Amino acid sequence: MSMNREGRPTRPQDAEATSETFTGNRALMLEEPLLFEIGDATLTGVDLEAAPQAESRLGGLERNRPIGLAGLSEPETVRHYTRLSRQNYAIDLGLFPLGSCTMKHNPRLNEKVARMPGFADVHPLQPVDTVRGALEVINELAFWLIDLTGMDGVAMSPKAGAHGELCGILCIRAALEARGDAREVILVPESAHGTNPATAAFAGYRVENIPANADGRVDLEALKERLGKGGEGDCDVAGVMITNPNTCGLFERDMKAISDAVHEAGGFVYCDGANFNAIVGRVRPGDLGVDAMHINLHKTFSTPHGGGGPGSGPVVLSEALCPYGPIPFTAKTKDGVVHLVEEENAAEFDHNDSFGRMVAFHGQMGMFTRALAYMMSHGADGLKQVAEDAVLNANYVLRSLEDVLDAPFGKSGPCMHEALFSDKGLADGFSTLDIAKALIDEGYHPMTMYFPLVVHGAMLVEPTETESKAALDQFIGALRSVAARAKAGDKSLHAAPVHAPRRRLDETAAARKPVLVWREPEVAEAAE
Amino acid sequence: MRYLPLQPEDRAAMLAKIGAPDIDALFADVPEVARLDGPIHQLPDHASEMAVERALGAMARKNLTAGDAPFFLGCGAYKHHIPASVDHLIQRGEFLTAYTPYQPEIAQGTLQMLFEFQTQVARLFGTDIANASMYDGSTACGEAIVMARRITKRGRVLMSSGVHPHYVAVAKTMAKFTRDEIDHRDPALTAETDITALIAAIDDDTSCVVVQYPDILGRIDDMSALAEKAQAHKALLIAVVTEPVALGAIKAPGEMGADIVVGEGQSIGVGLNFGGPYVGLFACKEKYVRQMPGRLCGETTDAEGQRGYVLTLSTREQHIRREKATSNICTNSGLCALAFSIHMTLLGEKGLRDLAALNHAKAVKAAERLSEVPGVELVNDTFFNEFTLKLPSDAREAVRHLADREILAGVSLGRLFPHASELSNGIVVAVTEVATDADVEQLADGLASVTQNQREEVPA
Ligand SMILES: Cc1ncc(COP(=O)(O)O)c(C=O)c1O
Repeated sequence: MSMNREGRPTRPQDAEATSETFTGNRALMLEEPLLFEIGDATLTGVDLEAAPQAESRLGGLERNRPIGLAGLSEPETVRHYTRLSRQNYAIDLGLFPLGSCTMKHNPRLNEKVARMPGFADVHPLQPVDTVRGALEVINELAFWLIDLTGMDGVAMSPKAGAHGELCGILCIRAALEARGDAREVILVPESAHGTNPATAAFAGYRVENIPANADGRVDLEALKERLGKGGEGDCDVAGVMITNPNTCGLFERDMKAISDAVHEAGGFVYCDGANFNAIVGRVRPGDLGVDAMHINLHKTFSTPHGGGGPGSGPVVLSEALCPYGPIPFTAKTKDGVVHLVEEENAAEFDHNDSFGRMVAFHGQMGMFTRALAYMMSHGADGLKQVAEDAVLNANYVLRSLEDVLDAPFGKSGPCMHEALFSDKGLADGFSTLDIAKALIDEGYHPMTMYFPLVVHGAMLVEPTETESKAALDQFIGALRSVAARAKAGDKSLHAAPVHAPRRRLDETAAARKPVLVWREPEVAEAAE
Repeated sequence: MRYLPLQPEDRAAMLAKIGAPDIDALFADVPEVARLDGPIHQLPDHASEMAVERALGAMARKNLTAGDAPFFLGCGAYKHHIPASVDHLIQRGEFLTAYTPYQPEIAQGTLQMLFEFQTQVARLFGTDIANASMYDGSTACGEAIVMARRITKRGRVLMSSGVHPHYVAVAKTMAKFTRDEIDHRDPALTAETDITALIAAIDDDTSCVVVQYPDILGRIDDMSALAEKAQAHKALLIAVVTEPVALGAIKAPGEMGADIVVGEGQSIGVGLNFGGPYVGLFACKEKYVRQMPGRLCGETTDAEGQRGYVLTLSTREQHIRREKATSNICTNSGLCALAFSIHMTLLGEKGLRDLAALNHAKAVKAAERLSEVPGVELVNDTFFNEFTLKLPSDAREAVRHLADREILAGVSLGRLFPHASELSNGIVVAVTEVATDADVEQLADGLASVTQNQREEVPA
């Protein structure tokens, strides 16, 4: 079945085509049993040399009972995982407009570089003289991040965005404690990603809302009023966590004024940098008064998401927060040598006030090499083009759809790198979920749905800069068609997806009686 | 720019559709103070694939690669042979370039893999359930302590001196938020662990006891009595496993009564990578499931009654529960969990047991050989594939000298405990299946010559 320019089948769908088969397979759509149903305890896909004779030193703690692992030979293993892989959607297959996630193309050069033995096969505790090249990569990447953000320093070790948030908030806490100023509150807008309030609470702060105004941005006057509460010199606000560009897809016009107001009240500004892709190479957060911002290397700098990680979340820091940043970090001395600064030599590098360690080793080296390859490939000119094309693509989507889908902030100015729609105007009984699931049948991963929370039935579309105009036009065509069906009350939408490896899955049942591990059928039955 | 498909005429047509005169108009909301006059000056312009590969290749070549030297480092990261198919499979675009499985109908590949991974981890650890991964072992350990606080509503944490000092450091960082009181001492260079002391220290204020198994010096100890005492005081026993291959040979922590078992999964499938990305393993008793951090994959059925998998119990998580979430973790270590799971599938029960037996036998033989070196003393009675040697003088010096000869000898305790002079002669040596007899001989010769030099220079 071929597709025309609008992305519709050229021939009508043949209902008979989905009739039952003996295997349950449908040609290239292959069902795959669980590993534990096809493997067993005696099968293995590795050949090992025989263990030499030696006396046991296990102290009588030998594991005598079966572990319960299942093995497969190599051909069966390759087939099991290859079959599983084909039940996934991925950027490599098509546009992945998941708002806030920056699902851009993952260049394969980066994969090659990360696998160079000099990076992939070095141990984190090797003597530093044997890993100078690895330290150089970390240091080089640190400087790119500092230059791109206009900040003073960067903590490289956080393992993902949320971990970076924790790092930034801990810096803020340390800075406040250093001046004997225990404050209790972090202000977070309602539109923020869930990790922001979760981080602030995890760090022991009380979370309060920053009100938004009607155009989808932070209400500066309300913020000022909240900061002023408690009177002169008696502010209880440790800081704010603001996403810029924000999760409604808008640039916070008043960002500098917000920072100034927070600083004046003695607080700090944490910026969630998940949306840095919209401004990379064009705007430096340091110029807007930001004190700390994490950068998701797995978003802006193209390291692959891998079905849920690993990520990497370096945090750039202002001069005021640098002294408190975590160890270890790298530092280049005048002789050009890159040093690893850890607990024992922190004093030599004037870093006595560090709040400590975020992780066991040096951070996500495998993501650093990929991100650095990406940055060097683009250069300053290419990165600026990245932001511009990402923003152009999102505005093109916004303006091509706003006549069929409600764009709640369509009049608030241009959007940044994502376009936000709501479920307003869909026929009664039709929801964002129906639109998302119908897009699956059209061959797309849906947009982010029901986030941000400030918009009813939110649909957040982030096309990224690595999509061509032709790819966008086809996606727009598909979404227009689905939106028209939802507005017309086409009940067949409720059944979508019908062409995916599974129909809608029962999430309520999954949560009511959680089955989180496989059990042998007799064991599972006995437990019933 | 090879990664950007838009052409000038596309951009013009799109701007026209948008109704914007130029690209700058789309950035009109950026305040004056933050507008730049062009690309950022300090940075170079774009570069070809060949140029980038050359530049990074030059940096890579400055490192001494584990595979190019007799290699004996462990202490939380281990070199094992990874079958070629593991890396091949994780590079399939459908795994590599997928997002977190938020749309289960088109993410069954990732979800089924996670369900299998959870099962493998739970069985390896001897626990009821496991989650879909954490960042790494150290953060998994930190989260376990926070979870114990939530369950017990107590704040006194007993950390064994055998826990990896970096893990202790991470726990102390977390404690700055939670105000937990962390009771921890440096280890002593003895064959005995501190289990007896820990048992004595548990009281009714204790939230949890954290024990590493095998511990940082490689020692193995039975945790059953500790588990019993903890249970009697309604405190939790958290076991930390940094070398999961060991569990192919020794009893699972769950079997000995651990309530939460966390670990570093790096040594199965992931590779050294200079410290990351790795994969945190997190498992516990089923009754604590609602207090667990991180994502969980669960079984369910679809609208046609077919079995399928979804992310579940997300009311614990940040995107639903916001400031009341059990953790702020979002992105975890999905692809490393896949690598772990594929390697574990290739091993199977038989392969894991054989691999563990091989590691242990090689380590025993190496320990015997190395303790024959004059002045070198084996500290451990028990160990799996990693043991501690006491040298006649500073082990850090020895490690550096041996590195100059391209022998990566082990981790000196001075590197891990720089403030503890009584540990400075200790070195932890890991011997896995990748170490050959010739490697061990080279290490023995190397140790003999550096210790001899040291003994001549610094009379005892
Ligand atoms: C706006 C925003 N903030 C924070 C995060 C958390 O980042 P990570 O998943 O890397 O921890 C995300 C990513 O999902 C995000 O979209």
